[in-house]
Amino acid sequence: MERYYQQEIECASRETIKALQEEKLQRQIRHVWENVPYYRKKLEAKGLRPEDIKSSADLYKLPFLSKADLREAYPYGLLAKPLKDCVRIQSTSGTTGKRVVAFYTQKDIDMWEECCARAIVAAGGSNEDVCQVSYGYGLFTGGPGLNGGSHKVGCLTIPASSGNTERQIMFIMDLKATILCCTPSYAAYLGESMKEMGYKPEDIPLKIGIFGAEAWSEEMRRDIEATLGIKAYDIYGLTEISGPGVSFECSAQNGMHINEDHFLVETIDPKTGEVLPEGSQGELVFTALDKEAFPLLRYRTRDICTLNREPCSCGRTHVRMMKLKGRSDDMMVIRGVNVFPSQIETVLLNHGYAANYQIIVDRVNNTDTLDVKVEMTPQMFTDNVGEIDERRKELADGIKSILGIRAKVSLVAPKTIERSEGKAVRVIDKRKI
Amino acid sequence: MSVKQISVFLENKPGTLKKLTGLLTDNNINIRALSVVDTKDFGIVRMLVDDVYATTSVLSDNHFIASLNSVLVVAIPDEVGGLDKLLTNFEQAEINIEYMYAFAGKKGAYMIFRVGDTKKAEAAFARLGLASLSSEDMAEV
Repeated sequence: MERYYQQEIECASRETIKALQEEKLQRQIRHVWENVPYYRKKLEAKGLRPEDIKSSADLYKLPFLSKADLREAYPYGLLAKPLKDCVRIQSTSGTTGKRVVAFYTQKDIDMWEECCARAIVAAGGSNEDVCQVSYGYGLFTGGPGLNGGSHKVGCLTIPASSGNTERQIMFIMDLKATILCCTPSYAAYLGESMKEMGYKPEDIPLKIGIFGAEAWSEEMRRDIEATLGIKAYDIYGLTEISGPGVSFECSAQNGMHINEDHFLVETIDPKTGEVLPEGSQGELVFTALDKEAFPLLRYRTRDICTLNREPCSCGRTHVRMMKLKGRSDDMMVIRGVNVFPSQIETVLLNHGYAANYQIIVDRVNNTDTLDVKVEMTPQMFTDNVGEIDERRKELADGIKSILGIRAKVSLVAPKTIERSEGKAVRVIDKRKI
Repeated sequence: MSVKQISVFLENKPGTLKKLTGLLTDNNINIRALSVVDTKDFGIVRMLVDDVYATTSVLSDNHFIASLNSVLVVAIPDEVGGLDKLLTNFEQAEINIEYMYAFAGKKGAYMIFRVGDTKKAEAAFARLGLASLSSEDMAEV
């Protein structure tokens, strides 16, 4: 039977959610207008006043915020509450330069943790569970968010943080952890390490995995589920909007429900900024309806995906975002073709290789080269050079059929591609453009 | 009779073969015969060793990828036509050779054959009264 953390709102009618969103939107725009001069200037530059936004139908008129704004306004430029009301910062690294710093009041933290609690319960967690949080703790939102959610649900929480794989495994086995929260690449790594130590899926007490902060493929999910003997659920979020728990998967494992009572979502054309009809693939844009300290309006995520409003078998009514196509930041343009690392990962897993790979993009004589390094696995190895070459060719053909461009596939020795205990370094772009 | 050969995947870069031989030396394993095939970016080392079980355990503990295959080891007289005569028998018995390499034992020269169908080759050898070495024989030669 499906269980909910806050059933009333999670299963509320579309009308109820919509009415709530409209009311919160009006309040939030006024709050920003009065307290965030940085955004007020943007509104004034467009000749807009809060009363011009009569409903969410007028949302498109509001200027976007992007990571560039967050850097420009660093550190306090987007803060909307006096410091005496703020209790925490979290921070995320930018690709270049300054870090992004987000602020929270106690109410903001409670809201965020409740979102994480919804995710844990949707995955089947309850106060009977032992929940090991192996996301990094500290400035990264992964650890603190799931830690808070786990407390709210009433799980026995193991704040393991990231790293020290042997200790992670010891806690899972000795304390009989039933829920694991970490990045999917670390879950895969833990699974691989446990398999090497001789643990079979049925020996491992884990039942549920809540994995996020990276895009991962359906094949990788099946892989992790098989090695750890669990059901693996996706969770999504971003520091700028709160942290993990902006959306989460339910028992249907088919898209992540966005907590629409707290976050208003739009999809836009990443090139023109135009709002796309719901259900089209585009960049996600969020408006935080309840955040007090750091209330971002129309924040561009760079994440590409589609929204799905079909009724879900779990009974939740909030819109689902389907599997991320990737971050538009992760997207590479190789020989004019858009390539996401997750597409290459899908091919690898379909051909029986592990998800240990690295993509190296370079430019030789003005032509982009795509080199995919894959670790050899015992299952794929044979004594016959011709057969190995045949398999390598199949892999290259598989990549060609998905991406439309040819990649050079090199097979490397096991354990030679750098493993990260946080996020995986999948792409090395050597092009100097 | 056939003998177990160990094949190891090696990346084609400096020091990888040395890593393998070093590991075997540290574990007191003797390589009796060795052949390396290489492609542009990887190689396969095929070898006969004095202790197959110890070798596969050591390799797997050290993250080498290896596989086990059966090969035929046959003594070749050191004279004109020695190999030719043997291959005549292979031809008549329709045994397909995938690859072969040689090694010098204490008592003479030997050829190692990887054939398409080891079982079939073993039966043909018995029929023709040809001898191929067992792993016990290998310790003696």
